[in-house]
Amino acid sequence: MEKDQDKIINDVTTTEYKYGFYSDIAMDRIPKGLSEEVVRIISAKKNEPEWLLDFRLKSYRHWLTMKMPTWPNLKIPPINYQEIIFYAAPKERKNLKNIDDIDPELKRTFDKLGIPLEEQKHLAGVAVDAVIDSVSVKTTFKETLAEMGIIFCSFSDAVKEYPDLVKRYMGSVVPYTDNFFATLNSAVFSDGSFCYIPKGVRCPMELSTYFRINSANTGQFERTLLIADEESYVSYLEGCTAPSRDENQLHAAIVEIVAEKNAEVKYSTVQNWYPGDKEGKGGVFNFVTKRGMCKGENSKISWTQIETGSAITWKYPSCILRGDNSTGEFYSVAVTNNYQQADTGTKMTHIGKNTKSTIVSKGISAGHGQNSYRGLVKVLKNASNARNYSQCDSLLLGDKCGAHTFPYLEVDNSTAIVEHEATTSKIGEDQIFYCNQRGISTEDAIGLIVNGYAREVINKLPMEFAVEAQKLLQISLEGSVG
Amino acid sequence: MLIINNLKASIEGKSILKGISLEVKPGEIHAIMGPNGSGKSTLAAVLAGREFVEVTEGTITYLGKNLLDMSPEDRAKEGIFLGFQYPIEIPGVSMVNFMKTAINEHRKHNGLEPLSASDFLKLMRDKKELVEIDSKLANRSVNEGFSGGEKKKNEIFQMAMLEPKLAILDETDSGLDIDALRIVANGVNKLKHPDNSFIVITHYQRLLDYIIPDVVHVLYDGRIVKTAGKELALELEEKGYDWIKKEIENNVTA
Ligand SMILES: Nc1ncnc2c1ncn2[C@@H]1O[C@H](COP(=O)(O)OP(=O)(O)O)[C@@H](O)[C@H]1O
Ligand SMILES: [Mg+2]
Repeated sequence: MEKDQDKIINDVTTTEYKYGFYSDIAMDRIPKGLSEEVVRIISAKKNEPEWLLDFRLKSYRHWLTMKMPTWPNLKIPPINYQEIIFYAAPKERKNLKNIDDIDPELKRTFDKLGIPLEEQKHLAGVAVDAVIDSVSVKTTFKETLAEMGIIFCSFSDAVKEYPDLVKRYMGSVVPYTDNFFATLNSAVFSDGSFCYIPKGVRCPMELSTYFRINSANTGQFERTLLIADEESYVSYLEGCTAPSRDENQLHAAIVEIVAEKNAEVKYSTVQNWYPGDKEGKGGVFNFVTKRGMCKGENSKISWTQIETGSAITWKYPSCILRGDNSTGEFYSVAVTNNYQQADTGTKMTHIGKNTKSTIVSKGISAGHGQNSYRGLVKVLKNASNARNYSQCDSLLLGDKCGAHTFPYLEVDNSTAIVEHEATTSKIGEDQIFYCNQRGISTEDAIGLIVNGYAREVINKLPMEFAVEAQKLLQISLEGSVG
Repeated sequence: MLIINNLKASIEGKSILKGISLEVKPGEIHAIMGPNGSGKSTLAAVLAGREFVEVTEGTITYLGKNLLDMSPEDRAKEGIFLGFQYPIEIPGVSMVNFMKTAINEHRKHNGLEPLSASDFLKLMRDKKELVEIDSKLANRSVNEGFSGGEKKKNEIFQMAMLEPKLAILDETDSGLDIDALRIVANGVNKLKHPDNSFIVITHYQRLLDYIIPDVVHVLYDGRIVKTAGKELALELEEKGYDWIKKEIENNVTA
């Protein structure tokens, strides 16, 4: 048995990361390093209004007073911010009025990723905002959506075209002082997606953003702002990939969601940043702040995440349940293989009455992967009849990996009902052999078992992406069992 | 079909099988009996390709090929089925999904297209009837929360689905009440065919009231110590294994 276990560990990932290619695109980069000057350059490059530069500067000055948090259950090597390039963008040809204006190499990049930028070729019913390194390069179906009053564009365009909306909501859910990486993002963010669904509108298609880090030594700091006005509905998906590189790349993003009265937002993530090689070299540091505010009564925000990539993931998509009867959900599958580490979970803050939250977290560890669930359920004094249900499951492959859970509870209202369940299981040699004996290969057996385990979460994804996510889960664990 | 020649195998350096020779011809049913710990399950494990059993000597030829060179899944796809003494639970994986994957892997191996969803469900229905298993079992996760008897019936159901050439049933009868035993035996008898063979491992003669073996072997301490027709099972039932043990000891001292 000992021998088998060693074999399992030694046989780790033979599959290459499929998105590890680098594209040679004409780029506009600024010199590496971070200073007030750099912040000003970024703002100037983007022709930003004064108020936004001020926001950046006060964020930067605040950031200088902060220290990187040490509470996550992660081993993070020191990050030298003077070695990072904080702005890189594909050189613009002219004004991007039509698809032919896009650098053909860039177009090929997105084709390779399976994300055609031509609308007629695109996945039926999905509008895409494609962000490469620091800027949004193309948003599809903009006009179709505009007819319904839906705004879906790059963050930079929103700053120019809808400054009032941006000013009103930016930083309202994740303030610039929030945490080390959110504050850094607030100072240097380059682009991202912006979305506004007007009152009473059900968005007729999936909205999605594809993020791609391409350039070397470049940090990606995007910002997404999603506003669902009263009685509206939107389902949003983000996907991400990066080239394979020996050095680590920093990704520190912010996602803010606001749901007004009776509005519903589903936010799904399929995170597949480069995870590093099997010895743990390289890979993306994914330090992300995601938070939604259920502002109005009966509003609902639902986070679904499939996290298979990144060398280190530090991320807690959270909900502030301010409106009475509002609902927050968090469904997560996080995979750590080889030397990947993840400290992920959620924070549900119950403020309004009759607020409900559901947390379903499924960790999968293989190789030397370390997977931590960290969750806080907080019920404030006035949140009468708050309900929370949490379930955290861990699945282990082999015995060199680890699973940890850190559930925290702060309840200040005695009418609250809070339930927590946790399980840990192992994919055993016996299970694999049982499948083998029925003619199912080891890889397929792991796929079956892992997808069975994660089904509850995968079922929450939009249909178009559920199949992709299943494949991704299987691929990310390929070679992890003898 | 299967020729085992002087097979020796050990687990963690401990010798368990000490020279087994056996030939199973198409259409035959062989029973292997013997006291606990004599190596019956170990023999089944070697045939199915479990890695923790190390084959130290001997050969196994299956349908003219060297079985020991084949991966467990290839053996399965070439028609070897093992009914486990202790079937494994796989939480979260539905029987439907599990069987569909298995069937389609077999079909791929034989150059056939995957079954359509409706054909597959029809096949499930037919085989469920054949082996009289509760149709609810098929909607649950593989063996999860099944009773001992349900697990054993589920093995027979899977055998019926996969239509193996050589089925090895490891104590599929133990822990079953008479009704379940009859169902298991009926399953085997219905699947019996001039082209396929069975190795029925059992501790008791009981099952052999329902499944009539062509040959009965007694395995004791890693060796086949007696081979005869079906009457041997009855003799064992009457006299117990002590009789065999004594006979062997006498032979050794003689
Ligand atoms: N996984 C294992 N590890 C170590 N020893 C084992 C293992 N499986 C079986 N054995 C040993 O091999 C011998 C034969 O066991 P087994 O083949 O299960 O006998 P039977 O099926 O005839 O009851 C026993 O001594 C048993 O303890
Ligand atoms: Mg046994």
